[in-house]
Amino acid sequence: MIRDITLGQYYPGKSVIHRLDARTKIIATLVYIVSLFIVNNFWGFLIAGVGLAVVIALSKVPVKFIFRGLTAIFIIIIFTVVINIFMTEGRIIWQWKFLHITVEGLSRAGFMAVRLVLLIIGSSMMTLCTKPIELTDGLEKLLKPLSKIGLPSHEIALMMTIALRFIPTLMEETDKIIKAQQARGADFESGNIIQRVKSLIPILIPLFVSSFRIAQDLALAMEARCYHGGSGRTRMNEIHFHRGDAVAAVVMVLFLAVIIASRYIPALF
Amino acid sequence: MSIRVKDLTYVYNPGMPGETKALDGVSLDVEDGTVLGIIGHTGSGKSTLLQHLNGLIKPDSGEIYIGDVCITSGDVKMTEIRRRVGLVFQYPEYQLFEETVAKDVAFGPRNLGLSDEEIDRRVKVAIAMVGLDYDEIAEVSPFDLSGGMKRRVAIAGVIAMEPEILILDEPTAGLDPAAHRDILSMVRRIHDEMKITLIFVSHNMGDVAEMSDRVIVMSEGRIAFDGTPREVFSHATELSEMGLSVPPAREIVEQIKAKAKDFESDALTLDEAAADIREYLEAARG
Repeated sequence: MIRDITLGQYYPGKSVIHRLDARTKIIATLVYIVSLFIVNNFWGFLIAGVGLAVVIALSKVPVKFIFRGLTAIFIIIIFTVVINIFMTEGRIIWQWKFLHITVEGLSRAGFMAVRLVLLIIGSSMMTLCTKPIELTDGLEKLLKPLSKIGLPSHEIALMMTIALRFIPTLMEETDKIIKAQQARGADFESGNIIQRVKSLIPILIPLFVSSFRIAQDLALAMEARCYHGGSGRTRMNEIHFHRGDAVAAVVMVLFLAVIIASRYIPALF
Repeated sequence: MSIRVKDLTYVYNPGMPGETKALDGVSLDVEDGTVLGIIGHTGSGKSTLLQHLNGLIKPDSGEIYIGDVCITSGDVKMTEIRRRVGLVFQYPEYQLFEETVAKDVAFGPRNLGLSDEEIDRRVKVAIAMVGLDYDEIAEVSPFDLSGGMKRRVAIAGVIAMEPEILILDEPTAGLDPAAHRDILSMVRRIHDEMKITLIFVSHNMGDVAEMSDRVIVMSEGRIAFDGTPREVFSHATELSEMGLSVPPAREIVEQIKAKAKDFESDALTLDEAAADIREYLEAARG
């Protein structure tokens, strides 16, 4: 269950997408996210969906693996859909007391759901196809110009590296603690909402304690290897743009143009 | 309480890049009151097997009987299984969470829905059983204790459920020699006084030889050897191929055997080795 969250996970591979420069992938993901908010009708989503499908096909990451990540945020999607269905005013097609469903509500709920799904799959494609370390290296390079105005780009990148690196560790830890408490008869599945929230305490406290322990160990290990921040630090693997990145850049610009154009296609309903 | 495991198979991450067969047709019968030691290198399936025994993992195929209850059938009550089979994980001190030792030990019994008096009684018994002083420690925060003491409290938390089978996954991992000895003799005492079946995993072959009535060796999700410590540790070459070893005492007598052809010994513990060597030397002296 807890292992099913693929957000932030890396899927090892050697595909075209995997080999792109991390900076390209970060920018592409940003462009994609922005484009999802530019879209104002289902045609746009169709284009965005096809674009994403092509990227998934190129990346050779199994579709099953990607969709497993969605199950974790299923509740958020359901929540959004329900809120949108019932809270939108317009042409009423069904009504019961204060609850009503409108054509506009249905259309908007579908719209939001598609947007969320694409958003999540789109951004998880970046982490699935980029080693966390490359990702943060890329981010650091992208933010470098901003360090002139006092933005600690190296530190931000490092914090992200650590956060990403410890997602699987902490998940494993959570899994272990859940099992240990279950072995002591803890029940996380039944009871009302208050009992359920209370039943999380035996998981959360050990998890916090473990996190602090891990953080302390890590800080010591970094100091022991003379870590002293970003200035003067060199790297073993310098990242460079290749031809693939140029192609990706062109594709990105075209994609954005098509998405903007799609706003002017008349809506279906 | 006896355990019967029949043809257990479990696969991690089926259909994913990390697919591994953690258990591959494991069958095992454990009689009531046995001390069973399990050895095997990391990833051999030991921990997976243990977690099956109290229903934390459902097998892909196969059956497990605890006493005469089949815990792999759908309609079994999990709390009942968890009460009968107590499982202490590796580094159990990391599961402590309550404000006081007494409250933490009471967590298991409380989940069983017992009365307050019964919970109280069990907490006192369990804390005494792990060799701690109830009056001294009951109201202390578990986070203020030393590593070895935290571990005892965590083990007490499982004992307080009064299981009929106690399973310990590397109970001595990461402890200093003194705490290591203490925990082992404590485990021994719990087994003798509570008259329970005891299963434990260890990487310390000396401990396994000394503690167990029976040893099983796990390798690649199967049981490679199964027998008394003496039988199992007679397979020195095969064990070392599996990344395991024999107890240090056996190591010593083997090295002596290589030099002194007429020396005979199948010692597993240091006491046995000492006796055999003394006998040999006295015979040689005439």
